[in-house]
Amino acid sequence: MVKENGNSDQHGHTLSLRLRVWRQNRGQPGHFEEHFLAAVPETASFLEMMDMLNEQLIREGKDTFAFDHDCREGICGMCSMTINGMPHGPLPGVTTCQLHMRNFRDGETITVEPWRARAFPVLKDLAVDRSAFDKVIQSGGFITVRTGSAPEANHTLVPKQVADEAMDAAECIGCGACVASCKNGSAMLFVGAKINHLNILPQGQPERERRTLAMVKTMDEAGFGNCTNYGECQAHCPKSITLDVIAKLNRDYLRARVKEFFSSTGKPSKGGE
Amino acid sequence: MKLESKIPAGPLADKWNNHKAKLRLVNPANRRKYHIIVVGSGLAGSAAAASFAEMGYEVSCFCYQDSPRRAHSIAAQGGINAAKNYQNDGDSVRRLFLDTIKGGDYRAREANVYRLAQVSTSIIDQCVAQGVPFAREYGGLLANRSFGGAQVSRTFYARGQTGQQLLLGAYSALSRQIGAGTVKMYARHEMLDLVLVDGQAKGIVTRNLVNGEIKAWASDVVVLCTGGYGNVFYLSTNAQGCNVTSTFRAHRRGAGFANPCYTQIHPTCIPVHGEDQSKLTLMSESLRNDGRVWVPKDKADCGKPASEIPEDRRDYFLERKYPSYGNLAPRDISSRAAKEVCDEGRGVGQMVDGKRLGVYLDFSAAINRLGESAIRERYGNLFDMYENITGENAYRQPMRIFPAVHYTMGGLWVDYNLQSNIPGLFVGGEANFSDHGANRLGASALMQGLADGYFVLPYTVTDYLAGVGLSGRPSVDRPEFKAAVKEVQDRTQWFLQNKGTRSARSYHKELGKIVWEKCGMARDKAGLQQAIKDLEALRADFWKNVRVVGSGEQLAPELERAGRVADFLDFGIMMCLDALSREESCGGHFRTEYQDSGEAKRNDDQFAHAAVWEWQGENKHPVRHIEPLVYEEVQFTTRSYK
Repeated sequence: MVKENGNSDQHGHTLSLRLRVWRQNRGQPGHFEEHFLAAVPETASFLEMMDMLNEQLIREGKDTFAFDHDCREGICGMCSMTINGMPHGPLPGVTTCQLHMRNFRDGETITVEPWRARAFPVLKDLAVDRSAFDKVIQSGGFITVRTGSAPEANHTLVPKQVADEAMDAAECIGCGACVASCKNGSAMLFVGAKINHLNILPQGQPERERRTLAMVKTMDEAGFGNCTNYGECQAHCPKSITLDVIAKLNRDYLRARVKEFFSSTGKPSKGGE
Repeated sequence: MKLESKIPAGPLADKWNNHKAKLRLVNPANRRKYHIIVVGSGLAGSAAAASFAEMGYEVSCFCYQDSPRRAHSIAAQGGINAAKNYQNDGDSVRRLFLDTIKGGDYRAREANVYRLAQVSTSIIDQCVAQGVPFAREYGGLLANRSFGGAQVSRTFYARGQTGQQLLLGAYSALSRQIGAGTVKMYARHEMLDLVLVDGQAKGIVTRNLVNGEIKAWASDVVVLCTGGYGNVFYLSTNAQGCNVTSTFRAHRRGAGFANPCYTQIHPTCIPVHGEDQSKLTLMSESLRNDGRVWVPKDKADCGKPASEIPEDRRDYFLERKYPSYGNLAPRDISSRAAKEVCDEGRGVGQMVDGKRLGVYLDFSAAINRLGESAIRERYGNLFDMYENITGENAYRQPMRIFPAVHYTMGGLWVDYNLQSNIPGLFVGGEANFSDHGANRLGASALMQGLADGYFVLPYTVTDYLAGVGLSGRPSVDRPEFKAAVKEVQDRTQWFLQNKGTRSARSYHKELGKIVWEKCGMARDKAGLQQAIKDLEALRADFWKNVRVVGSGEQLAPELERAGRVADFLDFGIMMCLDALSREESCGGHFRTEYQDSGEAKRNDDQFAHAAVWEWQGENKHPVRHIEPLVYEEVQFTTRSYK
């Protein structure tokens, strides 16, 4: 909602809200708790509204709702709320921290839940454990280069269009909204983004197959589901990563498997120290 | 307190190479026998931890976020400087060095800054090899842009997300080592104390934020890369979790804290919208290339929409005061000018606390000249972000901006080796004080974090380890560790059991207001003395009336916040003491008593030194020491932008 009128004095609107918020302790079953919150300025961000709720709970001597958040400018990827059933809420291309209360109506009931996915167990209330993402990166989401052994930066030419495409994929903030929005709890958009970033750059070629196979294997072991092309991930990605990274992941995976098949002669490798 | 800078002898340009040649080494087969603790996983921490592990050391890395990839280095927008001279425009290591020294208003250590400029070129090589997608020319070579008033184009960038891409590069290097088992990563762990054995840093105490476990960790050396203290102001562009606790806990154990009064206020941030605001958002400085900054000439016009204020009733105050630099005047100067007009009652935007704190950044002239599509192409993402936060369309009405706390130049005192005055405690990145003096230039923070992590600490920490030998690591059963764990446990229990009435956040807000008013963009003697009194009263009230809800065995954000606010309260007092005792103006530190008609007036005879504060105990003022800054090759000059 854009104000057509340039008068910046009109900021007095506030909302009264009925909030249904998920309450859960680690390893125990959870439930919804209902709270009423009045005088929420429409200029506040969604997380500032949650801060207000928590301050109200402290005044009442009750425990606050734990939720993950840090930079509050849409880049760290830590905030992670399912708002009215939608990861990061109703607006396309924004994180929870960048969602503002002017997008809600006075008197509205808002349901706030954590990410819902088997691979992301709830730690407390709205905070989940996303370390499975880190494990996927640890298994191959890198280019092996020791500190100090890099060649002069301009020795490798990278066509602008390739660098731009890599950057499009590299914008992923690792928030996990793709997994939370997917009926299957699939992490293919996340893994596809990282694979696409590294596998198209010249620097990423030596480890291309190895990286792809290792990351897909770790992804499967971590309990993420399969991709069946619902496309919900693309719709809820706050950085607008598109489904083509999944197509390219599939292509690279197939390529890696085929290469692996033809290079496995059954003899022990001649490589080594 | 012994403050030996350990600057190597010889000409400036040869110091680092000569020094490296003399540093001691550890045999590769012995490296795995040493344990290095790295606290923090931003650019400096991730880079250092990955590099140590590649060398063969056993490394443990700690961060409070859920993953090392979240560290706040990720939010840096603009770019990273390096003296590559790819543009053939006369850049060199020496020029980058001179620009950084001058930008810091001659309050940085010369030898450290020279080394920073020297290693800057290797950083770009390293990051490109890791796959960081820097902007490219059509020919496939790296692109550059100019930044922060420099006269050369030396800034490398990845759209408006350079910090994100550099951090993901360092995170990938760190992840490779975690996957290989050479780094043990402890996410959601907060460092709550430093442990000294026989005067040397030999470990830390952490709290596991998920289950509340308080635990001691022993090591041969401790490296803190835990960022700056900007959140002492409550509202800043820092992430919510950024805190001073790890460096302040080290300070309480004897580490000197240098120049805490040096804070950088960034001129182009989105103004405060209300009492419940938690965070200020930076809008890239590049906007000032095409935007004109103004406020109404007459207070009576301040409540009107911008479109109803005719041209002749507008005051383009930067163009008026600084005709040659205009809207592109440096950060500290632009920020102070905006504060002045708002203090005069000529600010715009909604009233917060009875004041209008904002100035217009108007693109209408540029839109008329170049067309809306050209502006959209240059700044589209920033205009979208602005609309997202304020609900206003900046193509149709001017943006409103106001300065906000952004970066802190002060930090733990370190010598040339980045070692604090506590042997075995090393400090890298924004957490140390050494490279930016009293003001940091744009695109230099990323450079310093990675320089420390990749190219300085691996050499200097190795030298320290070679000196302590293989019997250096104590057992956590020693009394020093047990006592430290007990202290942390007692403090945690006190918070959970105190029957208070006020939330930690409410104290933090009040603290922020005091230091922002009295120790922000402009400071004076009376105001600082008042602030110290107010903060002491606030601290006393905090320790009586703070209320912490939650339990010690689950995620407890209120407990984390209370601990951080407690340290910020002590720290805020020290920051005001530092500002009070530095009787001059320099860079980000502006004392209204020391000026030449609005411009900062340095006093090089008396204050060309780093002020280093030593902890004296609870509720006592710290004691000030100095390290004289000796300039061997640089001449002092006065900055002028008129």
